[in-house]
Amino acid sequence: MVKSFLEKAYVAIIFIFLYMPIVVLMALSFNASKSKATWGGFTFDWYQKMFSDGLIMDALTNTLTIAFISALVAAVIGTAAAIGIQAMRKRQYNLTMGATNIPLLNADIVTGISLMLLFVKFTELGYHTILLSHITFNIPYVILSVMPKLYGLNKSTYEAALDLGATPFFAFRKTIWPEISPGVFTGFLMALTMSLDDFAITYFNKGVGVDTISTMIYAELRRGIKPEIYALSTLLFVTVLALLLIVNYRSAKNTKS
Amino acid sequence: MNKPHLATPYVVWIIGFTVLPLLFVLYYGLTDASGNFTLANIAAIADPIHLKALWLSLLLAFIATTVCLIIAYPLAMIMRKLNLSKGSFIVMLLILPMWMNHLLKTLAWQLLLSNNGIFNTIFVALGMEPVQMLNTSGAIVLGMIYDFLPFMILPIFNALTRIDKDVIDAARDLGANSLTVFRRIILPLSMPGIISGITMVFVPSMTSFVISDILGGGKILLIGNVIEQEFNKTFNWHLGSGISIILMIFVIASMSLMSRRGDKEGGAALW
Amino acid sequence: MKKIFAVVLTIACLFAFTACGSDAETLKIISLGEYMSYDVLEQFTEETGIEIKYEEAPTSEEIYTKYMSGGLDYDLICISDYMIEKLIAAGELAEINFDNVPNVANIKDIYMENSKDFDPENKYSIPYFWGTLGIFYNTEMIDEPITKWADLWQEKYSGKIIMMSSMRDTFAAALAQLGYSINSTDEKELNEALQLLLAQKPLVMAYYVDEAVDEMLLGSAAISMMYSGQAYYTMSLADHDNFAFVVPEEGSNIWIDSYVITNRCDNKEAAEKFLNFINREDIATQLFEEVMYATANELVYDAIEDEELKLEEALFPQDASVDRCDVFKALDDTGMELYSKLWKQLKAE
Repeated sequence: MVKSFLEKAYVAIIFIFLYMPIVVLMALSFNASKSKATWGGFTFDWYQKMFSDGLIMDALTNTLTIAFISALVAAVIGTAAAIGIQAMRKRQYNLTMGATNIPLLNADIVTGISLMLLFVKFTELGYHTILLSHITFNIPYVILSVMPKLYGLNKSTYEAALDLGATPFFAFRKTIWPEISPGVFTGFLMALTMSLDDFAITYFNKGVGVDTISTMIYAELRRGIKPEIYALSTLLFVTVLALLLIVNYRSAKNTKS
Repeated sequence: MNKPHLATPYVVWIIGFTVLPLLFVLYYGLTDASGNFTLANIAAIADPIHLKALWLSLLLAFIATTVCLIIAYPLAMIMRKLNLSKGSFIVMLLILPMWMNHLLKTLAWQLLLSNNGIFNTIFVALGMEPVQMLNTSGAIVLGMIYDFLPFMILPIFNALTRIDKDVIDAARDLGANSLTVFRRIILPLSMPGIISGITMVFVPSMTSFVISDILGGGKILLIGNVIEQEFNKTFNWHLGSGISIILMIFVIASMSLMSRRGDKEGGAALW
Repeated sequence: MKKIFAVVLTIACLFAFTACGSDAETLKIISLGEYMSYDVLEQFTEETGIEIKYEEAPTSEEIYTKYMSGGLDYDLICISDYMIEKLIAAGELAEINFDNVPNVANIKDIYMENSKDFDPENKYSIPYFWGTLGIFYNTEMIDEPITKWADLWQEKYSGKIIMMSSMRDTFAAALAQLGYSINSTDEKELNEALQLLLAQKPLVMAYYVDEAVDEMLLGSAAISMMYSGQAYYTMSLADHDNFAFVVPEEGSNIWIDSYVITNRCDNKEAAEKFLNFINREDIATQLFEEVMYATANELVYDAIEDEELKLEEALFPQDASVDRCDVFKALDDTGMELYSKLWKQLKAE
């Protein structure tokens, strides 16, 4: 009894720790005062104003399109790569997997500056350099989530399909894709998450006037965050919460039935 | 299914965007402003200022990682006992905070810890003296623990759920007590999770420059701040690259110790 | 089939690399922090059809580094005097064609004259705002008058002191206090200044620039280094009258922040249009009222009806305090390296 109570208390304390700053930020999104440290009464104003703030909307668009495009490109290149790597001979395999681990293990700041050193030699920094850097750190996540699915794959079904006259694409779609698609999807989602929250790499590779939400927040940390940012983040957070709840509810129903 | 050439675009990509950029870092790190070969930028790490920053980064990252492990392991054990599936509500609640921008969350800690902040207001209301918490090493460690704790919990939880219950039952039947079961079965089998957890907390903690920026008030210099300053403020890319090389060596060294036994699926644990 | 797939993917990757759109007329501007009105930028776009990409950085050093890195092709830069000197020396600035900027006549002569310190022939820069470096304090938390840099070293204000996270400014406070020139590059003098700053560090709450405004308003800090306009801006946000600004008696820095056109600018006419625009009386007035620094625009200054405002030290530095101030001189590479090293040492201890 006592043990179970202690366990619950422990879990509760950790969750309070995890959610305390989030509650603070949510509260700020309803704060009528522009200053982060004084409470000026309750308001919904920032939720209206954020949609008419061009800079915030630009940053939001940049963040979402970069995350989506980079995750999509990473999913395509990464899935193809995983299939290819898995068929490689040992030396090639080790070399490629070693290189795949570099962006995962390396410090963000080093990845960021190394890409910047490359980019400034060849192009002006801008939207495209952020996109390229995000694809670069996203591909490994896709590869690492697809590879395990490939190990468990029965390769002969694919060969059999080919023998029976299926085109390689048809055979792939019918035999391999159903097996690896959960891995691709997981990789895609991870890439999306990583891209959305990235700061350090974007910071070194962004161009003039091209901001993501993260770099915008960093610039505003000094002079005080616009309350609209709190509103935007709260809205994003609640959306994800709702999505997860729906998915959770549906999968719970599915497992029961 | 024998199609190694499917990896060609990716191989082109890593050569262009992973290997080549690192060669650039190497080039800058090993040359001076006029393009001559030099080891001065690498040797600069021996400068007491840089050594101090490196040492402090290692120390703070070590503390943050240890505390994360101490907090996370019991939590993962409790979660395992509750028989949570990977997609359950509690696991979801652990992942959810990652969807709030990490810079904003760190800023929220600034509000909680500052001189006139929420904690100090509570302390004063309780009749205690206000405490200087912000702009200290402690605040930075707290920020690291907060930001990276989920990356410790999830791989450990994942490793724990993969332990076959029958193995534990068998050990019990053979007369092992709880401590023995933990020491001989649970702990060794969860090792891959622990190791990927450590990796995923230690490296970002050691190399962060944002957390120390926001919670350190410019009073504390970590190795990440040194690099950032050389690149963005004083325009000495050669020195910045030299220190980056050292940092990379440290990361690779500590990781190769770890990753040999690491959990390859560690990253996937997030979902 | 397989080969084609591989080739297509590779091409797709390369395409992503080259797919950077070249846009019509845009101006890329970088400026010191808190220095622009977004309404003004919008109005400029409305009137001229020229898009503006505007960005800020907290110190002149950061702006210089960003520009010199080569990846960011700013057309216009708003930066401090000593960095303009450095940019001119590096051959990075384009001469302004003043025929296209008739509103430059609105700038008070004295500021053009003072600009000759760093832009000897008035060829490259147009003054924007100017001011001094001083001490800003909360008179409710500090009941004695603050007069000198040394007051920032008083132990009774421990934990309530903000210094600047800008190396030239913070070193200036120490150098002036020691009786040295704020432009010293003498290693011995700078080391003495470092020792002084190190002795102060345990008392310092934080090294900030723009953040100081909030912390002073909140009362987390009692005394802070600040720029004159920034001090007035902070006062204007407070609803009570308990702040004061002083230019320390040991002497300090007087600065002019000016707009310059870079030689990477490929649309100089548009850049000059912008310079002309921000010096037009109505726009300059709007900028002055929103940014709240000492304007270099004579028409705006003369139109101020509130005579007391003109005497407000925190906004318009007065002659007596200007007299004890020096301008910053550009540092050469050795000087810059020395400063940066000492600065890191201050932060690392």
